[in-house]
Amino acid sequence: MAVSWNKDIDAALSQAKGQHKPVLVDFSAAPA
Amino acid sequence: MPIGVHIKENPAGFHRFDSVWTPTALVLDENGKERHRIEGYLPKEEFAAQLLLGLARVAFMQKKWADSEKLYDEIIQKYPNTEAAPEAIYWKAVSHYKGTNDHTVLGEVPKTLQQKYPKSVWAKKAIPWMA
Repeated sequence: MAVSWNKDIDAALSQAKGQHKPVLVDFSAAPA
Repeated sequence: MPIGVHIKENPAGFHRFDSVWTPTALVLDENGKERHRIEGYLPKEEFAAQLLLGLARVAFMQKKWADSEKLYDEIIQKYPNTEAAPEAIYWKAVSHYKGTNDHTVLGEVPKTLQQKYPKSVWAKKAIPWMA
């Protein structure tokens, strides 16, 4: 299953708060 | 809610959470508070178990004891061969105790951990609960 990653941290945090959902933040340095 | 941050594309986002290394994964609660941090590569099963530890911690900190107990149990059932499993046994018992005030559940934990995960630090942490 493909994961739809958000790149806008503030927007995603705001969305998580509105939906009462936890957040996974993945920090990577791997080439795209 | 998954957020992907590439440190070269978004260095401010990387430093915002005091990240110091990649890969790093954080589990935050709905208010953006960090509840679990995974630094460094992990094989798939270990990583999945660590993510569940994070979700269980979110529920635990929200005092949703039944939810956290269920999530810790999921780790124990699905990922018994991971580093997360003995930690899950420990915190599952704590969740149960917090939710019920039944301290007898704690007394079983040291024996279980000694039998299944004798080298785990969680086996040592549970020693004071020995009945």
